[in-house]
Amino acid sequence: MTTTRPTVLLVGYGMVGHRFLEALADSGAADRHRVVVLAEEPRPAYDRVALTSYFSGRTPEDLLLGEDGFLDRHGFELHLSSPAASIDRAARTVTTADGRTFGYDTLVLATGSYPFVPPVDGRDAEGCFVYRTIEDLRAIESYAAGAKTGAVVGGGLLGLEAAGALKGIGLDTHVVEFAPRLMPVQVDEGGGAALRRTIEEMGVTVHTGVGTRTVLVSAEGRATGMGFTDGSALDTDLVVFSAGVRPRDQLARDCGLTVGERGGIAVDENCRSSDEHVFAIGECALAVDGRVYGLVAPGYEMAATVARQLAGQDPRPFTGADLSTKLKLLGVDVASFGDAFGSTPGALDVVYSDSRAGVYKKLVVSREGALLGGILVGEADQYAALRPLTGTGTPLPVPAESLVLPTGLAAPAALGGSALPDDAVVCNCHNVTKGLIRGAVTEQGCGTVPEVKRCTEAGTGCGSCLKLIGSIVTEELAAGGVEVDRGLCPCFAHTRAELYEIVRVRGVTTHRQLLAEHGRLRGEGCEICKPTVASIIASLAPELPAVSGHILDGEQAALQDTNDHFLANIQRNGSYSVVPRIPGGEITPEKLIVIGEVARDFGLYTKITGGQRIDLFGARVDQLPQIWSRLVAAGFESGHAYGKSLRTVKSCVGSTWCRYGVQDSVAMAIRLELRYRGLRSPHKLKSAVSGCARECAEARGKDFGVIATSSGWNLYVGGNGGATPRHADLLAQDLSDQELIRLIDRFLMFYIRTADRLERTSTWLERLDGGLDHVRDVVVHDSLGLAAELERQMAGHIAGYQDEWAATLATPDRLRRFVSFVNAPGVPDPSIRFTPERDQVKPDLAVLATVEELLRPLDTVPRLSEAR
Amino acid sequence: MTTTATATTATTATATDRVELRTGTDWTPVCDWAALVPGRGVAVLLPDGRQAAVFRDHLGRVHAVANRDPFTGAYVLSRGLLGSTPDGRVYVASPLLKQRFDLLTGACLDDDTVRIPVHSARIGSAQPPAAARQHHPAGPAHRGRNGAARGRV
Repeated sequence: MTTTRPTVLLVGYGMVGHRFLEALADSGAADRHRVVVLAEEPRPAYDRVALTSYFSGRTPEDLLLGEDGFLDRHGFELHLSSPAASIDRAARTVTTADGRTFGYDTLVLATGSYPFVPPVDGRDAEGCFVYRTIEDLRAIESYAAGAKTGAVVGGGLLGLEAAGALKGIGLDTHVVEFAPRLMPVQVDEGGGAALRRTIEEMGVTVHTGVGTRTVLVSAEGRATGMGFTDGSALDTDLVVFSAGVRPRDQLARDCGLTVGERGGIAVDENCRSSDEHVFAIGECALAVDGRVYGLVAPGYEMAATVARQLAGQDPRPFTGADLSTKLKLLGVDVASFGDAFGSTPGALDVVYSDSRAGVYKKLVVSREGALLGGILVGEADQYAALRPLTGTGTPLPVPAESLVLPTGLAAPAALGGSALPDDAVVCNCHNVTKGLIRGAVTEQGCGTVPEVKRCTEAGTGCGSCLKLIGSIVTEELAAGGVEVDRGLCPCFAHTRAELYEIVRVRGVTTHRQLLAEHGRLRGEGCEICKPTVASIIASLAPELPAVSGHILDGEQAALQDTNDHFLANIQRNGSYSVVPRIPGGEITPEKLIVIGEVARDFGLYTKITGGQRIDLFGARVDQLPQIWSRLVAAGFESGHAYGKSLRTVKSCVGSTWCRYGVQDSVAMAIRLELRYRGLRSPHKLKSAVSGCARECAEARGKDFGVIATSSGWNLYVGGNGGATPRHADLLAQDLSDQELIRLIDRFLMFYIRTADRLERTSTWLERLDGGLDHVRDVVVHDSLGLAAELERQMAGHIAGYQDEWAATLATPDRLRRFVSFVNAPGVPDPSIRFTPERDQVKPDLAVLATVEELLRPLDTVPRLSEAR
Repeated sequence: MTTTATATTATTATATDRVELRTGTDWTPVCDWAALVPGRGVAVLLPDGRQAAVFRDHLGRVHAVANRDPFTGAYVLSRGLLGSTPDGRVYVASPLLKQRFDLLTGACLDDDTVRIPVHSARIGSAQPPAAARQHHPAGPAHRGRNGAARGRV
């Protein structure tokens, strides 16, 4: 049966090839075809658009597209490192470079493009590179280790990406562009000037209006400089050619398929080439409108067009695509959309330009006031709202000039989703219209942006439209009469962040007062708001009058979850576990012995945790003070494993012992752990410090992770392990010890101030308007003027820190709670029993399965298990 | 077991008052009123070996239920936090998996099929220990502030 399925052979496994496979899978065509993939590169498809992020720490694995097992699940057959060498159209076979032959019924060419290297002398010298694959980047990275200066030929989109990468690896960077301005295809003169000023301010030298005549080469064959068409020269150790791409159509040429005059495999509106069995999609194809599209979104559309035909669905012809784009190049936002150059007859311009701030905005409008296109440089937040309006023919809902003026100068022009017609494309990457998004809300019950993303795929590409999707969802829910309750719990209509502000500003010191003055119910409170308010008050304790710093004092005692109430972690049989702090995972033999002795004497089960500590399980509440008096006497303190607070700062062994280490990661981990211990936060906080880029401490899986560089530390934030793993994002690099600590102080306090209850930093970062960029603005650039206050708050926390367990042991009033039975203080809880397992103990769950009526009177309790 | 549950107002309770649970026909003192923190509970051991969880709510009422969490079997309900529903029912949330139990009826608010035993509780004067005070008549049909006897279990 299966052998009779027609074979689809895909040549080329880049982003468009991968999207084609996804489309085959989604359309059901995958089940009816045998699908074989020939890939030239040694790894599956990866996100080439995000290639530069390799230099900010993303690994090739991070960049891979498609979830694990995607190919296997659909039975796709992948051959890596198998570039196709020739096509035999008569026999319908493709032969690879190493001589293997694959037959096909349908051939899909997605061979992409290759970097164009201008024919200058010396272009093959050692030290000359292109910028296209992970292997290219690795070659640049290793060559740059001994280099000081780097030059990029080409000031377009890819050239600026490459320049950013060279700058990121510490080279004195030059960009050489033949046209009179940067990004000549996307922006006009004014935009190019704004872009240039900002980029030059970052220390990148820009040469425009000059061509590269030659690469100067040393006697050993290494590049040493460049000569330009105006006679000038530049000393440089390496040259990256990034002067555009050309379609890879050689396979097609060799087998006689029609190709365009300037390259590209000619296809019709169904993406079919001059041979009916051969399709071409993506950057290698010359579309029916006579263009070769070098962007990923049109390639995706072509992939869908072919997959639909193979699935037997209604054709969706590809006749051309919108070249709108928004990018962040060297940290500068650049957007270009629609008729950016105003070439429509009768088109008018509205321009705002501020060369001091490096901002340039131009909107192209028709005489009737409809938006035709635009260019945004330096500030492109409005791109997501403007692009879908482009070309709809509807006059803008607000005067065009109000859309280009910076916020603050004009009344903020709100261009929410309501301004858009239903057929406006909101998500350009996946071609999702506003109508589809509205349908997802009204008909399919999606109530949040993540649900809409799952349901429609909108916003899962570049993500630039997420904010707009958010406003469409909110508007749609409001229109449907659904009120979105953002309240913390039934008792409070406020979010945690709002309650934090109320407590901070009004100096509220108790849950009862907060409930009475700000609650929507006047009852008991509940198990959600009590611990949350307790945590807020604990976080703010240093600045609240008359609040004890100890979480078991006053009303605080009544609000804590059982873990905080007993300063230990409840386990399934009602016993608790104990985790002493072991800062940075460093511990002396003497302390290890104490832990061993305590565990042995109290019969506790011991396990090493993921955070480089030791967890002691199976303590009854009445044993906790005895256990802790031994631990405190030996110099241990609370590890706060029970709290929504800093857990552990994990570390690798670092430069002290490791031959690869470049910084003392253990010392830094200890310093950070001691600094932030006891800090109450919306959720637990984990951290790690790695002593080199090998990242043995797994810092990028943490809320804040630190990785050593040869000149300091890189700080990553928002990482998470667990059920929804997320790699942390780079917040700042090459920091000194002091800079690192200052940024972490601010970051943590900003998180504590603004996060929701039980919202880890990873989800917080993704939820915040502006995401990582916003956090970086606040934390690094102090855009809200909060930095001093955040630092002061952290200083207050550090000054007020005390070991909760030592303080508890010192106070009889706090110790009173540690009894199994308040009316029989000396009696242990008979339900907490253990049975042996692997030379230790485990909870005896059989005791717990016994219903209460069967329990024997007190005097026979010790023989409880026999009584069953 | 047939236990009638009540909630007892103790606005006039003093530091020397004691909390009493009904065991059979007797009222057994289990702890000092002062040992209870508003909004949370303590575990007590009854003479027959059973465990009860005793709570004081924000209005100063005392409640008692079986200490066993029926979802896990662990004897931990005394360590849960109290809450109240929008219609004013006071409950305890299990510290393990957070199911909520109405303290007057023992009904689980998150699972109709589950109910825990409820004990009658009252505030008694320490001197003499088991003496009933005027507004806390002892007896099989003891009625709480809200009138009706509740929830046979």
